[in-house]
Amino acid sequence: MQDKHKEIDWKKYVITFFITATIFGTAIYISDYFNSKRIDEIKSIQESISTNIMSSETQVSLLSELDCSDVGSSMLSSELNSLASRIEYSEKNIGSDDAEVLQLKKAYFLLEIKDYLLMKKLSARCDKKFVFALYFYTNSEQCKDCNKASIILTYLRQKYPELRVYSFDYNLDLSALRTLITISKIKDDLPAIVIDGKLIDWPQDKESLEKIIVSKYPKGALVATTTEAVKK
Amino acid sequence: MQTLISILGTSVIFTALYFEVFLLISLFETKKKRKVTSQLEYFYPSVTILVPCFNEENTISGTIDSLLKLDYPHDKLHIMVINDGSTDNSLQILEKFRGNNIVEVHTKENGGKFTALNFGIERMKTDFVGCLDADSFVDRNALKNIMRRFTDPLVMSVTPSMIIEKPSNILRKMQRAEYSYGNFMRKAYGSIGAIHITPGPFSFFRKEVFEKIGMYKHAHNTEDMEMAMRMQKNHMMIVNEPDALVFTVGPDTIKKLYKQRVRWVSGFLGNLIDYRDMVLNKKHGDLGLIVLPFALFAIIMSFVLLTISIYKTSSTIIDSIYKTMTVGFSTPKIDLSWFFFDTSVLSILTLTLIVFIISLIMYGYKTVYGKWTVSLEMFYFVFLYSFIAPFWLIKSIYNNIKGVHAPWR
Repeated sequence: MQDKHKEIDWKKYVITFFITATIFGTAIYISDYFNSKRIDEIKSIQESISTNIMSSETQVSLLSELDCSDVGSSMLSSELNSLASRIEYSEKNIGSDDAEVLQLKKAYFLLEIKDYLLMKKLSARCDKKFVFALYFYTNSEQCKDCNKASIILTYLRQKYPELRVYSFDYNLDLSALRTLITISKIKDDLPAIVIDGKLIDWPQDKESLEKIIVSKYPKGALVATTTEAVKK
Repeated sequence: MQTLISILGTSVIFTALYFEVFLLISLFETKKKRKVTSQLEYFYPSVTILVPCFNEENTISGTIDSLLKLDYPHDKLHIMVINDGSTDNSLQILEKFRGNNIVEVHTKENGGKFTALNFGIERMKTDFVGCLDADSFVDRNALKNIMRRFTDPLVMSVTPSMIIEKPSNILRKMQRAEYSYGNFMRKAYGSIGAIHITPGPFSFFRKEVFEKIGMYKHAHNTEDMEMAMRMQKNHMMIVNEPDALVFTVGPDTIKKLYKQRVRWVSGFLGNLIDYRDMVLNKKHGDLGLIVLPFALFAIIMSFVLLTISIYKTSSTIIDSIYKTMTVGFSTPKIDLSWFFFDTSVLSILTLTLIVFIISLIMYGYKTVYGKWTVSLEMFYFVFLYSFIAPFWLIKSIYNNIKGVHAPWR
């Protein structure tokens, strides 16, 4: 008794392929949609930060109008950190070579430089002590310690709100960044950390770097935020 | 490495989705074309049900009781129990059926399940024969639903739906979900003439199958798979009857489950090697062109997905350990913003495949229980099985390479 099923219905194979390809196409579309929403959100945050920086710069220029009570460790800090984490995520998931991500990264570095210059002015004008750390890294395999440096600085930034950390991808093609690198006398020996204008020898660990940062402050002026510090 | 993972993962998921879509289309096509089975006339020929028994003292009585309750003319029903050299009290328990003119009990030297089946086939006097494992039992309408499919003279074998009865722990609940998925697959395979396993519990055959192509073989301790493959090779039609319900218990420990699955997968691979000329052979229709190759691919897919999961999980763990070693333990900051949800193509496709599989399990449930259900066990099956299955797959592949046979008991 022969089974009548044995003919191949090639049309069904083709239809199945198109349906599966449509499902795939939909998944790619949804993923692209979310990525473009991410880019939009980053742009929106950058615009907001840019406006805030311009506003503060204008206030500094209008000498007598500046309200130093607004100037604190948290000024623009959380917005910049939020922006940094979003750009880092976008680099990993959309791609570090993606043209839009690169553009956003350049805009972010410019905002960091502007924030750095503004906070230095405000620090002098309002007699508030901040410690500035410029951190130069690369994502390539050649910098084995960059991940370690990044982890330590993130930890210290969370522990000491008065510590302002600005991170820069050494290899990014941005003229303002190149100028900053030249001024800070950075060679291509990475990671490179500049604290209050002085290039720190590497390697360091958490304790030695923390000691350097604490030493920049007048005694008792630095307030740590972790329970470790509270116990001390 | 990330690119390789993306490419591998995407290819695997594309193939899996392609297969599932193919089966769904086949099922819908057949639904439109063929006469609904509920409209088929009932058909009550004489039939023999073989019950091979080896050390089943706990379940044999219940199995035979369920057969005696079948809604089928008792004068057309013959139950033949073959005691395959049991060393427990099975034979003593079978004594209670002495005097019952439907049940006959035979005892033979232990030789394995396939020898017990052949023993019964040689002695039966009916034109139709089926088998029921001694740890399974049947719904009272199962036999009449099976037999009406034989009104089509082309049908040579009919397979049932299998259900895990009253699962007592998570492992058995996972198996219930798995069997529901299996019921969908069997129904879909039946619609394209691609059934390649005639399950031991309650598959039925015309006697002429054995007259034409021979009796059961040892077949790597999976005689039910080998018989189906042999029938397919000889272009004999095997169909599925979803309304014929058979209940089985399923292993209750990981060790027992592992042993069972090593036997099944080793047997499958062994039989596939024996019938390798059918793979990618369009003379065997969709079975040769897509079903058998995909069954092999599913084994590879299991390893790929497990490897990807392990890589991603271990990367996260290694990063956390490195961070703790660098700056000490700190509570991780969790940002619940939608921005950080994983919306990569691979993740969306994985989610799509999971939803697909769960939907098919639900379809399997509906076929048996008559209603759409979602339950946790479906998620246990999808997520937990993918971690434990590769272990029995590895062992099965090893067995086949080394020529080791996994025992039936």
